[in-house]
Amino acid sequence: MAHDAGSASITAPSRAIEAATSETRLARAMLIAVALGFVVLFLLLPLTTVFIEAFRKGPAEFLAALRDPETFSAILLTLTVAGIAVPLNLTFGVAAAWAIAKFEFKGKAFLTTLIDLPFSVSPVISGLVFVLLFGANSALGPILQSYGIQILFAVPGLVLATVFVTFPFVARELIPLMQEQGTSDEEAALSLGATGWQTFWHVTLPNIKWGLLYGVLLCNARAMGEFGAVSVVSGHIRGQTNTMPLQVEILYNEYNFVAAFAVAALLALLALVTLVLKTALELRYSDEIAASRRH
Amino acid sequence: MEVRVQNIRKEFGRFPALEDVSLDIRSGELIALLGPSGSGKTTLLRLVAGLESPTEGMIFFGEQDASRKSVQERNIGFVFQHYALFRHMTVLDNVSFGLKVRPSNRRPPAAEIRRRALDLIDLVQLSGLEKRYPGQLSGGQRQRVALARAMAVEPNVLLLDEPFGALDAQVRKELRKWLREIHDRTGHTTIFVTHDQEEALELADRVVVMSKGAIEQVGTPDEIYDHPVSPFVYGFIGQSNCLNVTLANGEIWFEDRPIGLRAANEPDGTATLYFRPHDIELIDGCGGCLAGLVTASRRVAGTRHLELDLGRAHPSVEIELPPERATSTDHTRVAFRPTKWKLFRKEEKRGAAQQRVETPAAELARTGT
Repeated sequence: MAHDAGSASITAPSRAIEAATSETRLARAMLIAVALGFVVLFLLLPLTTVFIEAFRKGPAEFLAALRDPETFSAILLTLTVAGIAVPLNLTFGVAAAWAIAKFEFKGKAFLTTLIDLPFSVSPVISGLVFVLLFGANSALGPILQSYGIQILFAVPGLVLATVFVTFPFVARELIPLMQEQGTSDEEAALSLGATGWQTFWHVTLPNIKWGLLYGVLLCNARAMGEFGAVSVVSGHIRGQTNTMPLQVEILYNEYNFVAAFAVAALLALLALVTLVLKTALELRYSDEIAASRRH
Repeated sequence: MEVRVQNIRKEFGRFPALEDVSLDIRSGELIALLGPSGSGKTTLLRLVAGLESPTEGMIFFGEQDASRKSVQERNIGFVFQHYALFRHMTVLDNVSFGLKVRPSNRRPPAAEIRRRALDLIDLVQLSGLEKRYPGQLSGGQRQRVALARAMAVEPNVLLLDEPFGALDAQVRKELRKWLREIHDRTGHTTIFVTHDQEEALELADRVVVMSKGAIEQVGTPDEIYDHPVSPFVYGFIGQSNCLNVTLANGEIWFEDRPIGLRAANEPDGTATLYFRPHDIELIDGCGGCLAGLVTASRRVAGTRHLELDLGRAHPSVEIELPPERATSTDHTRVAFRPTKWKLFRKEEKRGAAQQRVETPAAELARTGT
């Protein structure tokens, strides 16, 4: 009798321990399998293929493909364009997020919507916009041409298209973060006598640095990988206006698969490095990141 | 430093937050801005700080017009409701921030900054915690860091926005006492905002009661409690009862009979009678009194609270009695008369009232129309 009572009191709580939201083993296993299968099929498999194809004829061939002058210039061009576009959007993103999160002004909702525009417009159209603006038949193009300023089919055009497409990344990342943090930290700094610049440098920036870094990483990944918009304004001049994604296409269309996949692998590697960097940062500074999101 | 607020008006968009507010704050005073939410008390504090700019009116710090000065130039210490500590800085860095950001010609040497910050950390009893980050501190400790940080710049005036609002009751009481001590020791002119009347009455030298963007009354805690000048203050501070009465020939009538209170110089008509639950006397045999049926009886600490029903058309009235008196009274019917009370006339919004304290023959003072 006493034994029965004891066992009942043991079994009863064990049933209660299971949280209301937990699923049966089968359901859990199936959910995990579906998610994993999806990731393998659509993400891991294609990515591995890129690397396998790139190294199909050995590392020597891979390196030779990257050393090709046209390919090399494409790599340089991509780095140049990203090197200009990312700082520009970093500056813009911080400014826009600051304005939207910390001030009240007319047209704020409109600006917020406008920032998202590049996400909703097809990249091809983004490129086309600049062709229409600066092309030979446009109003601006010939004027700039007469001063010797080349926009289309040159680095400025590529930068403009890239800036347009990667416009939202930093701002999107920062706006919710800054809105959540509010303005009282800044007010505290000002009340203690800090100037606007000191406040930004010592208070605002440290509060948003993780979000900012994440936004920059995403922005950079997209800036390097952008195809559509850049393709329209580039003109595909070999060795001059081809960025890495464009070079991949050209090489592929020429059936030069090893070279195409070698460049593609390099691009993919950049993406992977970005991800690893982000994860490493999150692990290393998880406490601090959590702290800066709190309250 | 004394602070004078002169005819300040503040609108947010088209919504008026403050309407023609004037207030003189004496040097070294600890003053509370008390009111319900939306009364404009925080707006007034932020205007003094320079975190908002007034639509109209002026603010003086001593003899200087501060209204056109920026928040940095005003040299104030502001403690925010949620402290707004810099979370990526240690306690020491937080406290020394205000000194470190000074232009080099006014900035003390690094060693001096450190010494002063450590002194303040000591003053707020956080010695040994100077290397901690705000995230590693309790709410009460953060509060004290915020106060030390605000005091580090040797402010003209110390401004605190709901300083104890985010703390639990126990810590709140301790810090309240402690803040009073700090104030007495350092002598900063201090303005704090609160919606907690107990806090205001216990802590402040003077209390400013605010409602709907205007100041209702300014006075010492005693004045505010004992001589409220408007129905709002009567209702907002402490417990009070109000009854609709009529005046006839200088006598106050409740429904169809006089209640034994005289208001000699008041014209006939209707009025509202205010009195506090503890300002009453019980009467045996009612020849001019208020009488009601006991509907509820609660013991609260040292007193017994009785809820009385004076008739269906009236809100119930609460009175407080010593427990021994309460048990000796007839529990179904209680007759009483207010000993301290005040009449407010409907048509005259505020100020126009007469007050009566115990002696029936005392002359009734009118406080304006």
